[in-house]
Amino acid sequence: MHSNSFHCSLSLSLYSSTMDRAHSRRHVASMKQSLFDQGYLDEQFIQLEELQDEANPNFVEEIVTLYYRDSSRLISNLENTLERKPLDFNKLDTIMHQFKGSSSSIGAKKVKAECTLFREYCSAGNAEGCRRSFQQMKKEYAALRKKLETYFHLARQAGPLETAFRPK
Amino acid sequence: MESQNNNQNLTIQLTALVVDDNKVNRKIHQKMLDNVRVKNLGVKNGKEAVDIHCDGRRFDLILMDLDMPIMNGIEATKELRSMGISSMIVGVSSRCTEAEIQKFMEAGLNDYHEKPLNIAKLSSILHMINPNY
Repeated sequence: MHSNSFHCSLSLSLYSSTMDRAHSRRHVASMKQSLFDQGYLDEQFIQLEELQDEANPNFVEEIVTLYYRDSSRLISNLENTLERKPLDFNKLDTIMHQFKGSSSSIGAKKVKAECTLFREYCSAGNAEGCRRSFQQMKKEYAALRKKLETYFHLARQAGPLETAFRPK
Repeated sequence: MESQNNNQNLTIQLTALVVDDNKVNRKIHQKMLDNVRVKNLGVKNGKEAVDIHCDGRRFDLILMDLDMPIMNGIEATKELRSMGISSMIVGVSSRCTEAEIQKFMEAGLNDYHEKPLNIAKLSSILHMINPNY
């Protein structure tokens, strides 16, 4: 009787733990879908996830971490260059080109769009447009960072089953 | 003969050099190559790419970025070709005007793709190097 009840408890406990994990994974999948639905990410993010394997199960998180570390330098350069008068539009465009390249590589859709707009303002020699667009870009950059931090935290908790899937 | 070819296929090991000043792109491209079992190295500008060839290293494939400090992709490609390097050199850049691509191709590229690369594009490149790969 004792042994039966022990096995029962163990089964229930395993079942509960499995259900929790399944729930976590659904939550992660739902969060990822919303990042695509809200336009924060594009197909390139899926391409990165498809590169993940057992040897590098956190590859996407590593890339995103590298992106934020590396791009902070570019953002500082942009800020410094935007403070000079008159504005050096060529230099601004060059720095933004690099930043756009990195943003594009991680699938940062909204950030990339603001980079494109900024470069259009540079081509037009529109200083006010550049400043406005830069501020908007920083907002999108910060917003994406926060969302991805949450997403990766949840994904790590849910476990390594999550594989790349294409958004609906 | 067929079994010999199969054995050769099993031992094919392509090598690649990723030339890009952007760490994020370099890491992504190197991971793509790792995943298809292409042995690879990364360098951060055209000069390092040239120097590594001067040291005697050779690669089946060179993925060459365009905009890089010290020596850009066009200069590096011209230099490598003038050294007699016959590797497949594929330009990979986010520049997309026809004129810029044309100029890059004229430096000696075999092919050009817009960044970022994906697995499908990389597979087509590797297939060009070796149809059995």
